Amino acid sequence: MQIKVLSQKMEEDTIASWPIRLTVGGIVLMIAVGLLYAIWSLSPDYAELKWTLAASMHESGVSHPVTAVLMNFRGYDTLLEMGVLLLAVMGTWSLTPIKAAPETHPPGLVQDGLLRLLIPLITLVAGYVLWAGAYAPGGAFQAGALLTAAGILLLLSDWQLPASLLPWLLRLLLVSGVAVFIGAALSMLWLNTYLLAYPPQWAGSIILLIELCATVSISAILVALFLGGRPDEPGSTI
Amino acid sequence: MSSTFFFALAGIGLFVLGLYGLIIYAHLLRKILAINIMGSGVFLVLAGLAHRLPDGTADPISHAMIITGIVVAVAATALALVLMLQVQHTTGQAVLPEKQKY
Amino acid sequence: MLSSTALIWGVALILLPLSGALLTFLFRAVATPIGICVALAINLCTVRLAWLISTQEVPRYPLGGWGAPLGIDLYVDGLSMTLLIMSAVVGLAISCYAPSYFRSARHKLIYFWPLWLFLWTALNALFLSADIFNLYVTLELLSLAAVALAALAGSADALTGAMRYLLVSLLGSLCYLLGVALLYHAYATVDIALLAERVVASPITSAAFGLMMAGLLLKTALFPLHFWLPPAHASAAAPVSALLSALVVKASYYLLLRLWLEVFGNVNVGIDVILGVFGAAAVLWGSLQALRQSRLKLLIAYSTVAQLGYLFVVFPLAAVNANAWQGALYLALSHAFAKAAMFLAAGNMLLFCGHDRIIDLDRVVQRLPLSLSAFALAGVSIIGLPPSGGFIGKWLLLEVAVAHALWGWAVVIVVGGILAAAYVFRVVGHAFTPAKNTHEVHAVPAVMEWVALVLATSSILLGLSAAQTLMLFEVGDPFRILSGEAPS
Repeated sequence: MQIKVLSQKMEEDTIASWPIRLTVGGIVLMIAVGLLYAIWSLSPDYAELKWTLAASMHESGVSHPVTAVLMNFRGYDTLLEMGVLLLAVMGTWSLTPIKAAPETHPPGLVQDGLLRLLIPLITLVAGYVLWAGAYAPGGAFQAGALLTAAGILLLLSDWQLPASLLPWLLRLLLVSGVAVFIGAALSMLWLNTYLLAYPPQWAGSIILLIELCATVSISAILVALFLGGRPDEPGSTI
Repeated sequence: MSSTFFFALAGIGLFVLGLYGLIIYAHLLRKILAINIMGSGVFLVLAGLAHRLPDGTADPISHAMIITGIVVAVAATALALVLMLQVQHTTGQAVLPEKQKY
Repeated sequence: MLSSTALIWGVALILLPLSGALLTFLFRAVATPIGICVALAINLCTVRLAWLISTQEVPRYPLGGWGAPLGIDLYVDGLSMTLLIMSAVVGLAISCYAPSYFRSARHKLIYFWPLWLFLWTALNALFLSADIFNLYVTLELLSLAAVALAALAGSADALTGAMRYLLVSLLGSLCYLLGVALLYHAYATVDIALLAERVVASPITSAAFGLMMAGLLLKTALFPLHFWLPPAHASAAAPVSALLSALVVKASYYLLLRLWLEVFGNVNVGIDVILGVFGAAAVLWGSLQALRQSRLKLLIAYSTVAQLGYLFVVFPLAAVNANAWQGALYLALSHAFAKAAMFLAAGNMLLFCGHDRIIDLDRVVQRLPLSLSAFALAGVSIIGLPPSGGFIGKWLLLEVAVAHALWGWAVVIVVGGILAAAYVFRVVGHAFTPAKNTHEVHAVPAVMEWVALVLATSSILLGLSAAQTLMLFEVGDPFRILSGEAPS
């Protein structure tokens, strides 16, 4: 409903007057020329961090370099980034007291059959993408995005969050990714000297564990963001 | 012109195009889209320049930065959209007031 | 030299509020006790860390054990330690104030806690990080938490203010990120110390410098990029206004200063005067706007615009004498305490009277003597009267300006103080004068009054402990004063 109102208003959108457009256009063009010149002046190949990275790859626990960077070398970035996702859910929940469920219709025969086929398939693919992240492009975020797609399909097909899923359990699911990440980071303090420093022989398993929890938690977060507001909380005054 | 620089230059193009749209349009949905176009421009610059290694492979750190950036952008966009709906719900329109009352 | 794990106290400063955010989100019924415990623990860790670094040299902390350039390092020196202490003190005060402020709006309090602890995580992570890409992530964490908190008040003004704030923040972050991308691809590192060694004057460095400065100036609300600040800061809930004005704008200023001092030392020639001119304009324009406001919280918000101006008037002064940076840091610190106290006191008056129209603040002095004292004491620091922290900061700046015969900047600093006196006395004056219309009054919990007063008093005490504070600034020599090397 709200989306419809918005799209109507978009057509009568006001746009800045032409002198402003001309000025802004001119300034933007100047910025573009400056940036283009700067990039043009870059040397075509460069002294690379990749060689340092290649030398440490065997200690990272995975063989795909992007996963190694995300989960091990710069795992702290990823921890904060999962924090950003969780923060976005908290932010949207703090904003909307209204129940924000999408308009749905009970699924027809074809849709129902398709879902029964698609949801397990998507879950399987997500599991594969998560597993493949160790040696090929993939990993928690990609797998989480796939699971999110399954979740959104279910929601759009009139699938309601089960009432038995307590609000508290839902919140636990949302924070579990960051919580397990913090737990893994902290447990290294007992074994090791530095936060997030995984011993090379266990690094692969620890990363897989973190990624598994992250995948589930990320998809829960993204589905919650898709809903755009907190689900009804029976028994609470808010 | 190598394809490496072509992508980076296209990224700059998207960045400034988004900047123009962000300033020119009043509707909040357009502004949020403009921010996303700017973000895509930055990611394209990162992806394009990542291919400058002598051995022809891509730089994994750039790629990790892009993934982090995309996730942050998703989170920010989600918050922005909900905030926009809330502004629309409260004020009846999805534009920012031209001049605040004060 | 301590072992390289000594900075574990710094790690605690990041993980404590982060875990606190998760716990307060999960266990809503006990969010307030958890939040206050976390705030106390953060203060203990901050004290411990400050004691460590002021006695011994603390090495960088390599997260994951990799170390730069492959991994991310944490790092602390006098500059970042000062800002960590600032966040800890103001943070503890807000944590004690907020439960009482939101006592009749529990649905706001249960979201206030996790959002605020996320904001605290972002602040501490930002002050400790030595990696410009990681700093981008902390900046985004900071912006999103700040925007969500600003929108928490729920009014139409608060929502539109927060929306504008979000768009501006995202634009600033993206400019910063593009700058990071360019620097990384030019110098193959995102570590600040390594960049400092490798950066040379080149078109790509200038482009990255321009982008990162533009993004951070937008987030720091330097005149004329301040347009978003007054609506966002004035329409938020009182404890949130205090957080935004006291801490959040300082974070982007810190990052700007850090990059200026460490990375862009050889490309920033001539920019310092431009920043100084905009800073001077901010001091004058912000103060005049503050004088014109009819609502108390807007007056305080415009005062923030003016006070942020001083932090940029410093740039041309520091170009001739690096001691001026100490003045800037002193001003930033005392402004944080004083401005938080002012917003909290204003929140008390708003709660008491049900409005914040300055001319109708009749005889608040009789009913809320502590809040009005807090406002007046904070005003003393903002004006820069001795013996406040604001006085020491301005004195350090004036000393440099006079010693090098930079009279223009000296005049701006003095005139800004006089204008600040005008707007502070305007409020205090109306608080003493009886107004015609009477209004319904609401009781203000004592803790809210005391917190404001304690913060205001600490902004004054800051002026009496100048020797110790300046010694703390010097740890690790962030301003290159001891080594005698000019920063720009």
